[in-house]
Amino acid sequence: MAIRIDVVPTIPDARADVKKKEFQNLVPSASIQAVHVVDSYLIDAPLSKASLLKAEVALVNPTVERSFIGRWLPESFQVAIEIGFLPGVTDNVGNTATEAIADTTKRAFKSGEKVYSLQVFFIEGKLSSAQVEKIASSLYNPLIQSVQIYDVSLKAKKIPAGVPKVELNGSSRVLEVNMEVDDSELIAIGAHGIKDEQGVPRGPLALDLNALHAIRNHFRRLRRNPTDVELEALAQTWSEHCKHTIFANPLDSISEGIYKKYIKGATARIRAKKGKKDFCVSVFKDNAGGIVFDEEYVVTHKVETHNSPSALDPFGGAITGIVGVNRDTLGFGLGAKPVANVYGFCFAFPEDTRKLYRDKNLTQEMLPPKRIAEGVIKGINAGGNQSGIPTPNGFMIFDESYRGKPLVFAGTVGLIPQKNGKRILYEKKARPGDYMVMVGGKVGLDGIHGATFSSVSLDSGSPATAVQIGDPITQKKFSDAICKEARDLNLYNSITDNGAGGLSSSVAEMARESNGCKVDLEKVPLKYPGLEPWQIWISESQERMTLAVPKGKWKAFATLMKRRGVEATIIGEFTRSGSCVITYKKKKVMDLKLAFLHDGLPKVQMHTKKPEFVFEEPKLTEPQDFSEALLRMLSRHNIASHEFLARQFDHEVQGGSVIKPVQGAGRVTGDAGVFRPLLSSKKAVVLSNGLTPYYANLDPYKMAAASIDTAIRNAIVAGATLDHLAILDNFCWTSSDEPERLWQLKESARACYDYATLYGTPFISGKDSMFNDFKGYDEDGDFLKISILPTLLISTLGVIKDAEKAISIDVKSPGDIVYVLGETHDELGGSEYYRMLGSKIGGEVPAVDGKKNLKLYRAFTKAGELGLVASAISVGRGGLAVALARMSMAGKRGLDINLSDIPGDAKRVDSILFSESQGRIVATVAPENAEKFEKLFADVAIHNVGTVTNAQTLSIKCSNSHSAHFSFERAIQAYRSTFKKW
Amino acid sequence: MKNPPSKPKAKSQKLVRVLVFSGYGLNCEEEARYGFELAGADAEIVHINDIIDGKVKLEKYQILAFPGGFAYGDDTGSGKAYANRVKNHLSKPLQKFIKEKKLIIGICNGFQILTQIGLLEGALTFNESNRYSDRWTDMEVVGASPWLRGIKNISAPIGHGEGRYIADQKTLANLKAKNEVALRYVKGDTATYQDLPANPNGATENIAGVLSHEGRVFGLMPHPDRALFTTTLPNWPILKEEAKRTGASFPEHGPGFQIFKNGVDYFKN
Repeated sequence: MAIRIDVVPTIPDARADVKKKEFQNLVPSASIQAVHVVDSYLIDAPLSKASLLKAEVALVNPTVERSFIGRWLPESFQVAIEIGFLPGVTDNVGNTATEAIADTTKRAFKSGEKVYSLQVFFIEGKLSSAQVEKIASSLYNPLIQSVQIYDVSLKAKKIPAGVPKVELNGSSRVLEVNMEVDDSELIAIGAHGIKDEQGVPRGPLALDLNALHAIRNHFRRLRRNPTDVELEALAQTWSEHCKHTIFANPLDSISEGIYKKYIKGATARIRAKKGKKDFCVSVFKDNAGGIVFDEEYVVTHKVETHNSPSALDPFGGAITGIVGVNRDTLGFGLGAKPVANVYGFCFAFPEDTRKLYRDKNLTQEMLPPKRIAEGVIKGINAGGNQSGIPTPNGFMIFDESYRGKPLVFAGTVGLIPQKNGKRILYEKKARPGDYMVMVGGKVGLDGIHGATFSSVSLDSGSPATAVQIGDPITQKKFSDAICKEARDLNLYNSITDNGAGGLSSSVAEMARESNGCKVDLEKVPLKYPGLEPWQIWISESQERMTLAVPKGKWKAFATLMKRRGVEATIIGEFTRSGSCVITYKKKKVMDLKLAFLHDGLPKVQMHTKKPEFVFEEPKLTEPQDFSEALLRMLSRHNIASHEFLARQFDHEVQGGSVIKPVQGAGRVTGDAGVFRPLLSSKKAVVLSNGLTPYYANLDPYKMAAASIDTAIRNAIVAGATLDHLAILDNFCWTSSDEPERLWQLKESARACYDYATLYGTPFISGKDSMFNDFKGYDEDGDFLKISILPTLLISTLGVIKDAEKAISIDVKSPGDIVYVLGETHDELGGSEYYRMLGSKIGGEVPAVDGKKNLKLYRAFTKAGELGLVASAISVGRGGLAVALARMSMAGKRGLDINLSDIPGDAKRVDSILFSESQGRIVATVAPENAEKFEKLFADVAIHNVGTVTNAQTLSIKCSNSHSAHFSFERAIQAYRSTFKKW
Repeated sequence: MKNPPSKPKAKSQKLVRVLVFSGYGLNCEEEARYGFELAGADAEIVHINDIIDGKVKLEKYQILAFPGGFAYGDDTGSGKAYANRVKNHLSKPLQKFIKEKKLIIGICNGFQILTQIGLLEGALTFNESNRYSDRWTDMEVVGASPWLRGIKNISAPIGHGEGRYIADQKTLANLKAKNEVALRYVKGDTATYQDLPANPNGATENIAGVLSHEGRVFGLMPHPDRALFTTTLPNWPILKEEAKRTGASFPEHGPGFQIFKNGVDYFKN
């Protein structure tokens, strides 16, 4: 039986105080006098008395804590809620405790021996059992954690400390899957999975009939059936998640598919056109995209989505997303160092408390939006902060369509020297004879079918095992050992991340480099015994990478990893056999030709159909005074201050921060982040993003154009130049098997080509997620489907010569002249303003005049380089009025503005103020620089609209009467109100 | 990945040698090293296991730096597990190092580690908000230390969830008597500019850093290594704009640099 050590604070406990407040808010009617938080450790190893004393020392900081052998109880309490992990779920605290105790007691833990962590919340007060339930359910997630609720009788009872040990009796047998069955049965296999020996399906393969026929035909030629390992492996490699079939398949008349034609096609054309000025180094072929930083370094970027897991376990989903995309960076070339993270959240409104269920019997309830948001934010916080990677940029938007599946974007920027001696570091190639080496964590049941699961919509069949929890520190250990040591010692030939599909996809990918591999599954280190061969092969257990290590360098590599506390194991060898051959206990369990594994999936002709969406435009009467409207706009979820995110996502670590997530004296959330990835260089990286999903159903082409223009404009305004700016695409689509949705997709992709080529900003990397639909039931058990707005996220990666030339949004000095650059049209369709006013959002969606914008952006960059711009902001969501207010709040200075005759055809006051016309910038300029500044914009729309003032007021006129007039302090109040409590 | 040193690294004994600890989730070793290199030192990042294995000897160095980070993910308490590793394996060489009147600095997680080792008094516990907090802070120098020579006020960012300094009355009295309270949070330039409270985490008596061994051992929560350049200040854009208009100079190095310089200069004279 395990030994229990309880650790309790001896000083006033901030954790407990905060919990007390949280609980009280959760159940206002209850009276809660006190809360005690106890950290418990269950040591599942026979420790001697002496060792136990040492263990206590290792776990306690005597200045603020004390420890108890056994269970600690407060003087008085009504209820104790004890939260632990379910068997097999990553327990980071337990793992650290295990290491610490082993090190202190000098007693190694044997296999099966381990320390497990628990947290106990004692509540003193008067609560009904319902209220206790409510508090308990706020403390744990049934998919990964267990809860025990004890009443005061705990004092009398003696409860044995049981530990959540995994006991599996999985068979090591490999099943042969009979493909010679009728189509209905094939379809069942594809949808629900291979049946195990008891006839229970193992979970979705997400293979359609067409794919299954191809597999059957292949094995008919081989005169045998596939093994379950082979079929699971094919399902992983062929999954939408890994293969992006929808972007690859012929669509209407586009035989090469929209990815080749519009995304890759754009980049190819841009690179050709730039010729010597081409800054792309490695695009679309690696785990991330890379461009030139300077003569010595390459800077990389990759943005991932982690939507489905985040819907089920927000914390685990988000932290896995961020540490996962960090590995994509480590997996770029021979290993880039992560130098920045970015995030993006599309949530449902936190006020939305409707209950949703995944199943008809209403037993699997979906988490409420607020809980999802809080969990996701916590996950990004833990993943980024613990890895020591700054988060200079990100976004958070809200719409009810994200109620079924939230969108969680996680991206990482990396830095890698171009060369190490003669060796080019942004290229890699596993060679025949190289050892196949797995480093990092062990393999368990976690993440089984993750890849196939995220390739379908979320419903009751969604596997709980798809949920994982990241362990940033295990990853940090090998991350440092690899990209700060092993790489520069030249100890390996290739490296890639074990992400979606686990070994099955990482190994299959690398095997292409040498044209073959053999794997011995028995050698793969396991978290616990009893895993079946197919599970070992496709498990997505986190913090693992696969490397190709030359035999001659294995000893040096193994020693280094051991000294860094990193587990490294030879699990096979790369060959030139043309096949991927796997054995388990001397038996061959998989023998697949790489050609079939990678290219065997037959293409399917897809067709589109223009949908008939009807959107009405509201008929509005214009008020005289728009002050209240503007203040309300400033408090909108999509516009209000997101400072609470910037405060908890570290953006100063690594020491190179330049333009921060919140800017100016008024601490206003900015649209771009700037930082120095290399402290010895004055050069800086600019990061920004753009997405306008609210336009998508009105006009997907204009939506994509606006997303690209917004992302680029946000970067330009912060100091970036079109001569050194790359972009990334993340399509998050919905019901991508419907011709109407495919039409929207095709239109968006077409815009991507048109505008990327026009601006000369190449796509360097991308990732899509095509089935963001929720199929479930409401409280009355009625079926409902929730589909997200088609969402295209464009992220930018730019390099600027001199960090000191970066531009912030806060107005600087009274007397400075305020310019509006670009044209303002009647384009309120899908605007934040219409969304605020109510249901009708129809009308003209902003159209992007790329040619005009190109001139404007180039002129602006020139002005920035000449140091003529005191402050500038990109006009985006909320239009001119919101942009002006944000600048004024950020600088804590007044503005005296007259917009009556700004360029463009917007005449109504509401469109002048709130139209979201693209290609616009507001800039402030010192009077002495005005003439020089205006000259630069000779042939683009520019208008002097007023000045920065010493007054405390923001005053905007559109006619002779005031359109908006209030103190910026009032504005700041409204702006900070929405997320005050977060 | 190594930042090219600010000065060519001549392995001459003249250069002050600095050892920056790394491993197990410490993550600010590179900016800490860069700070010392800017100050003209020969600074090396060394994994703690290489010291434990005897591959690297502490006695070769004049300065030890425990940088910030998330050693062991703060699991079981910030700094605790890493401090155990030091105590279990490096107590003797560390004591010798201190006896030789050399310098030690612990920044953020490094400060937490120094208190857990017992080299500095008091403890760092959960912020009052019980949330990780990243913001700039201002401090006034109240203690006597080679690290702080010539500094009256200094600004630097914090990034921590467990940075609230706690000590009992006896310890506090003792610290004050020995001039070993190094820094107190005050409402200075950055906090005033951004209208933020002086004390970011509820620290007892606004204490941001403490000292021991005649000020040669120094721990602080804010990050001088994140304040090496003026362009890291939250208000640098307006400072730059003012400099442009008045023709005043815009210094390259930020407030944090002086601490590294002091550490290195201590061995020069």
